[in-house]
Order: sequence, then C-alpha cells, then structure tokens
Amino acid sequence: MKRMQTDNRILMWIDTRLPIFSYSSENLVSYPTPKNLSYWWNYGSIAGIVLVIMIVTGIFLAMNYQPHADVAFQSVERIVRDVNYGWLLRNLHMNGASMFFIVVYIHMFRGIYFGSYKAPRELLWMIGVTIYVCMMATAFMGYVLPWGQMSFWGATVITNLFSAIPLIGDYIVVWIWGGFSVDAPTINRFFVWHYLLPMILFMLVVVHMWALHIHKSNNPLGIEIKSPADMMPFHPFYTIKDLYGLGLFMIVFMFFVFFAPDFFGEPDNYIPADPMVTPPHIVPEWYFLPFYAILRAIPDKLGGVIVMFAGVLILYVLPWLDTSKVRAATYRPIFKQLFWIFVANALFLGWLGQKPSEGAYLIMAQLSTGYYFLFFLILPVLGKYEKTKPLPVSIFEEVRKKRRAKEA
Amino acid sequence: MQMRKFLISAACAISFLPGIASAAVAEADALPSLKWSFDGIFGSYDRPQLRRGSQVFLEVCSGCHSLEMVYYRNLVDIGFTTDQAKAMASDYEIEDGPDDEGEMYMRPAKLSDRFVKPFANTNAARFANGGAFPPDLSVITKARKGGTDYIYGLMTGYLDDAPADFDLSEGTYYNKYYPGHQIFMAQPLYEEAVDYEDGTEPTLEQHAKDITAFLAWAANPEMEERKRLGIKVILYLIILTAMFYALKRRIWSNISLEEFVHDPYVVEYEQEMQRHKRPN
Repeated sequence: MKRMQTDNRILMWIDTRLPIFSYSSENLVSYPTPKNLSYWWNYGSIAGIVLVIMIVTGIFLAMNYQPHADVAFQSVERIVRDVNYGWLLRNLHMNGASMFFIVVYIHMFRGIYFGSYKAPRELLWMIGVTIYVCMMATAFMGYVLPWGQMSFWGATVITNLFSAIPLIGDYIVVWIWGGFSVDAPTINRFFVWHYLLPMILFMLVVVHMWALHIHKSNNPLGIEIKSPADMMPFHPFYTIKDLYGLGLFMIVFMFFVFFAPDFFGEPDNYIPADPMVTPPHIVPEWYFLPFYAILRAIPDKLGGVIVMFAGVLILYVLPWLDTSKVRAATYRPIFKQLFWIFVANALFLGWLGQKPSEGAYLIMAQLSTGYYFLFFLILPVLGKYEKTKPLPVSIFEEVRKKRRAKEA
Repeated sequence: MQMRKFLISAACAISFLPGIASAAVAEADALPSLKWSFDGIFGSYDRPQLRRGSQVFLEVCSGCHSLEMVYYRNLVDIGFTTDQAKAMASDYEIEDGPDDEGEMYMRPAKLSDRFVKPFANTNAARFANGGAFPPDLSVITKARKGGTDYIYGLMTGYLDDAPADFDLSEGTYYNKYYPGHQIFMAQPLYEEAVDYEDGTEPTLEQHAKDITAFLAWAANPEMEERKRLGIKVILYLIILTAMFYALKRRIWSNISLEEFVHDPYVVEYEQEMQRHKRPN
C-alpha cells in the first residue's frame, strides 16, 4: 500500500498507527478503474447505497414496530400515521426493497452479459450470489412483518416448502414456525432474522468489495487491464459518474416513495392476517415471481422445491459452466442471443408467476423453466464450439478509436 | 438490435402491468373510472367532501363497520373545529377503567379515542350480520384492487334483481362489482340516505363519492404532506442530478482519455499484477 503524504501531523500520527487514510485513498481515490466502463457499471454502487438506506430506515422502523401477531399490523399503520415522518420511513423501506431487487437484477444480468464471473473473478461472483440469496431471505422475512394476509399466507406457503424434505420435513417446519402454524413465535423470530441478516449482508458486501479490489472491475470489452494507460483513478472520474447515475436512480425511487408508494404491493396485504381465510390467489412479491413460476411448473412438490433451489444455486457454478475464454457477449454472437432470450424468459417467468398454475400457463411455465436451465447447461458446449469475434488489443486502443470516431 | 429492444420492452411491459394479473380474477364488471380531487401528484383532498363523507360514515357505515386506525382528533385535520370534533366524539360511549374501585365504566368518547367500534368483538359482529364480518374500513381503499373506484362501484353497483340466470344465495345481495356478485351487505346508501349539513344534493352518486373520498383519506391521511414534500424532493433531485451531469461532462472532458495514464500506479501496478498473476 502506498502511504499517504500530508503535512497534517495529527493525520500522519493516526495513519502511521492505523493506515485508515492511506487505505481510503487507495480504495476510493486513486483506485485504478478501466477507462471504458459504461453506465451498466453504475448499479453496483447504487445497490450499496440502497442497502445503506434500507438499514438506516429499518433501524428507525424497528424502534416503533411491534413484532407481535396481535398488534403488528396496527403498529405498522401507526408508524405511518402517528410517528413523525413514519410514512416516509415506511415508504422508503417498502419501495427500497423493490428498488434493491431491480438494481441487483440489473447488476447480475450485467455480470452475465459481460462475463464478469470468469477467472479470476469467480469468488467475487460467488460472494455476490451469496449476497443475493441473503437478500431473498431478508426480503421474504421482512414481507411477513406487516402481518397482512399476503404476509401470513406467503409465510405459510414458503415455510411449508421445507415439509417436502423427506423424513424430517415436518419437524423442520414446526421448528421454523416455533409452533404448529405460522403464529406469534414465527413473527418474532422472523423479526430477529430480518434485523440480523442485513448486518451479515453488509459484511458480505465488504468481502465482495475486497474481492473486487484485487482484480479490479471487469469492463465492457471483457479484456484484462494490460497497462496503466488502460486505467484512470476512481476519483474524480467514477465518483462523479456514479453520483450522476445515483441522482437519476433516486428520482425514480423517490417518485414511487412519494407518489405511488403502494405500486409494488399487493392490496391483500392491507387486510390483517387471518388464519381462517385463505386469499383467492397467494402471490409472493414480484421479485420472487420467476422462481415461484419454476416451483409451480413442476407437478411434484419435492421436485418443485429442488428445481426452484437449483434455479438459484446454479448461479454458483456459472463460472465453471461457461467454458468460453471470451468474457463479453459483444464478441460471442450466439451467447449474446441466448442471453437476451434468457432475460426475456426470466421476465416471462415472472409474469407467469402471478398467473394461476393451470392449463396453458402451466405448459408455458414448464417450457420457460426448461429454457432457464437449458441456458446454463448449454454453456459448457457453447464455449467449445462458438466462433467468437476477434478481441480488441487493449482498452486504451479501443478508447482511442472511439475518441477518433467521435472527433471525425 | 431492433428485435432485442422490442423483446425487452415487451417483456417489461408484460411483467410490470399489474392490471393484467387482476383481469383473470375479475369476473365482475369493469369498474367505473372516476376523477378524484386527490388524484395525480398535485391532488389534494376536498375538505367539504371529506366532511360530508364523515357524516355518511358516522350515520350509515359505522352501524356495522369499525374505523379502528382513525382517532376523533383526526377529524380536526379535515376541517372540523376542535369543539365540533369533541362534540362528535361525545356522541359515542366507550368503556374505560378500571376506576379506583376496580370497576369498568362507560364514558363519552374523547378526541384521544379511536372511532368507537360498533361491536364488542368479531363474534358479535358476525352474529349480527348473518355470519359475515363487516371489515374494518381504516385502510379499505388500499386493501382492494381498484381502490377508490372499487368502493364507489360497490356503493352504486347494487341491482334490485339479480340477472335471471344467476342463482343468488339466501341472505346475499347482487352487486355488479363485487367479486362473485353475492355480497352479504345490503345496499347501504340510497338517495337521501343522509341529510347533508352543507345542503349538497343527497343523490346516491353524491353519497358514494363522498364516502369514498372520506375512506381514501382515512387510508392515506398523510397523502397531502407526502405529495407536497415529494414535489420538493423531486425538484431538488432534478437540479442536483443536472449539476452532477454538468460536472461529469466537465470532469471527463478535462483530460483526454487517450493521453491520460494512471501514473501514480505505473510502478506499483506492475508489482500488483505480478503478485496477483494467475498461474496458467
């Protein structure tokens, strides 16, 4: 690490003992970044900032929320009505969850498109997938806390998935519930987990950054940084670019917070939880819908659960499934097409997830699930036989070419 | 390229249109679509309308429905004076206690009380309503698909006689907009159901509009404050983002990307690359 130089003796004194300033400088200021990052590279920093917003609003919400089945629903409404700016806290937190998933999904698709998971960034990718899994668990338990009808029945359906485990399934479900149905003990422990997991999530993000800063960012060309001419310092170039992207994102985010706070929600969740009344359609939050569609596409319960979890866990082995040496889809004509079909297919699965699982919908869901896995399973073969386009010599050359073209 | 763009936008459109999802459920007629004073980003509540709505609620709905999240003090927010609100509250009796002798007693409701519930508990409510539970109305416009339009539709959607081919169950009424059409609640509002204090003509449509507006307020009492602050926040963000953009252009144009070499790193970078070099 390069030591910071300054005339300020207090700063030097501290930095000699704990090089916090040198460290920040190295990782935030002079941190080398490829010159050619596009706006697709904004979503990582946005995701980090959304996480901070979620944690901060969550802490203040927790000060006013009551995790008890009898009063949870009312306590959320009281936060909205009677806590100073409670409505703002709640709307930020509620819509922040949806925004977090939108941003993270874009971030992940970007990683797949540009092959950011490939060597030497496999661990970086796997930590990212762990963050995503952690996020899903956190979001699921957070959705249970307002104790509306969808909270209750969503919790019932999802926890019941574990009963599909042979032999011990039923015991595990009772263990998760803390009783014989989703009830007061369940909401209490979900609250604890919902508060704990984001802390773990935050630490995972630190590890994610650590791994990132070893080999630095991938870039739209998917080629390695070869010389210092390929790089520029993070500050001010990417701090300002990230801030600009963040500003645009916040406009969208705040639009929902202030003008359409219930846009992403289900009306049924404003009906207090009632174990005696099952809603006609139990649907999870929109960000789980693709996996919900996969779950229901399989006619067998255990099979459905396995395939659904496989759908998430397959992301862990993606770096080894994709055998192509070329990272960016820009230079992989077939992969590029398969990728865009994969994106459309994922959205289509999401749409199917909110449809009843019957008739034509069921068949479409099965075909769609088929493509979801086919995409991953075709990668090892594709990497061997795909004829890729020639890669550019260096980032620097490419940037120069682009500049020249612009000037001409 | 064109194809790809089309696919993405089509898929986005499909997955983000919640309307399509409800279409399959709704065997009921298409809801009426009304203009409300509180629609849109600049919308606000019409106070006289809310006061009329509160009259409808207190004289009709509150016979069966509770409004648990609303306090009598909230009436001041819709334009009643404190004295008026106190007087409205004191029309209702509420159980308090225990007193010094350990006895529960009844007293008139105060501003700090929630709207008094019509029934002591769920069972009493069911018993009095032919087995159906009249839901609490505090967040009802948020709790139904269609929101305000649904509530208005429900109030105006009763037919005296069910269609000939419809088999109506005992104790239910036919409503065009209720999912399944059979509703336990008898038509609650009629022409002249409430004699408005401000002299507005008491038509069924007027009653339905007023109660819907009142319930929309009960569900979103923070709406006006929210939208007012929202406009400021969005304007602030637009200006801030525009400045970020200007600054971004400026910073990125100051150097030629071509000539710029990350020099503090020249030596270190070489070492770093050696350290993290991958074995082949």
